[in-house]
Amino acid sequence: MRIPCPYCGARDASEFAYLGDATLTRPDPAAPDAADAFHAYVYLRDNPAGAHSEWWYHAGGCRRWVKVARDTTTHAIAGAELAEGAR
Amino acid sequence: MRYSFLSLLKNGLTGQSGWKPAWRDAAPKPAYDVIIVGGGGHGLATAFYLASEHGIRNIAVIEKGHIGSGNAGRNTTIIRSNYLLPGNEPFYEWSMKLWEGLEQALNYNAMVSQRGILNLYHSDAQRDAYARRGNAMRLAGADSELLDRDGVRAMYPFLDFDNARFPIQGGLAQRRGGTARHDAVVWGYARAADQLGVDIVQNCEVTGFLTEGDAIVGVETSRGAIRAKKVGLAVAGSSSRVAKQAGLKLPLESHVLQAFVSEGLKPLVDGVITFGAGHFYISQSDKGGLVFGGDIDGYNSYAQRGNLPVVEDVAESGMALMPRIGRLRLLRMWGGIMDMSMDGSPIIDRTPRPGLYLNSGWCYGGFKATPASGWCFAHLLATDADHATATAFKLDRFRTGHLIDEKGVGAQPNLH
Repeated sequence: MRIPCPYCGARDASEFAYLGDATLTRPDPAAPDAADAFHAYVYLRDNPAGAHSEWWYHAGGCRRWVKVARDTTTHAIAGAELAEGAR
Repeated sequence: MRYSFLSLLKNGLTGQSGWKPAWRDAAPKPAYDVIIVGGGGHGLATAFYLASEHGIRNIAVIEKGHIGSGNAGRNTTIIRSNYLLPGNEPFYEWSMKLWEGLEQALNYNAMVSQRGILNLYHSDAQRDAYARRGNAMRLAGADSELLDRDGVRAMYPFLDFDNARFPIQGGLAQRRGGTARHDAVVWGYARAADQLGVDIVQNCEVTGFLTEGDAIVGVETSRGAIRAKKVGLAVAGSSSRVAKQAGLKLPLESHVLQAFVSEGLKPLVDGVITFGAGHFYISQSDKGGLVFGGDIDGYNSYAQRGNLPVVEDVAESGMALMPRIGRLRLLRMWGGIMDMSMDGSPIIDRTPRPGLYLNSGWCYGGFKATPASGWCFAHLLATDADHATATAFKLDRFRTGHLIDEKGVGAQPNLH
């Protein structure tokens, strides 16, 4: 599996460290439902079979966080963008 | 037909004409007392123990493919009960005890072989950790034995004891551990459950749930709707997908784990050995192939095949442990989809939907748990109470903070 790092170009997946689901947003710790929201944020996952948006860290390269669109049933990668541009 | 020396002799003398299929290929009935979704080891074991221990005979096991075609047929066949934490160890030791009587209980040769498992340590700190683990095992009634370097050398003289980076200092042995023939476990449970009246329905995929208010009262399948008083899920890597149809979001990620078999060799490894400085475990099948594996690939996957970086890592670990395998050729490699939970430990519990029960989160340790998983899930389904050895495997433990994190890496499934 080769990941197209927007900064370095296509590199072997072994250069990257995986974090996981990139659709999660850290909840507001001051919100009244913060306990529930953090439980969902930390532990619950959609875990889809198919299109998945996920964080990879290019540890053996530019050391930037990359948001990768990958299919979990085929490992085909549809695209990747740098985290700082993704928000 | 009961398998025995007499039945073997009789069929040998009559041209092997008396053998019957080991289980019926059942068509689904309109309703059951209990439906188990998932015809792997855990699902079939659950059905068998529901029938044999709790007297519930009106059961269907529903499988989308053929039984044993998932992780039950895609593992490295190791059985052991060498866990540390009090939430885990009594459960796995109960599983070990069930393995010890499994073939008699099922009247089926599952080739359970207590050839021993040896976890190597390579540093003082790791020795201390293994001493603690060994003590925890003994407290739960399991066996353990801490070996020094000479003790390990007496068992496996060919290991690389003087590896420059990771010299072997000793190991933690569990002599009751070993291997079992994974497919035969599936077939044995299927046959024994079938003989107690359980319907094993293959090529029947669950596509949705029947509901009455909040409660789950059956399943929609590719072969029609089937009603049930209780529905139990034992679908491993597909847990999130199936549970989503009931509106549930689980603390799971599905990851791919690869395993490997070499070409056949004369007897070389007579037990199970695990490398302590990397993630590598190896045994030898009765056909002679070395069976080994390592880490999961480390990213979400439903693909049942992995990538090369982990192959390289596994090969490197193997070479560091026993350099003599360097010229071996691989015969086969495969991937299975692991239901990696957020703390590395399983879930056997009710769900927020009445009538729906969950057996999941086995990470890459589900095979050894097969008998106890079935036993405890059957207990829960039949009595609505937790079995004494499975009280910690709660679905809501992530909310309440009662995690069972053997490795201590937190909510990062790819690191467990």
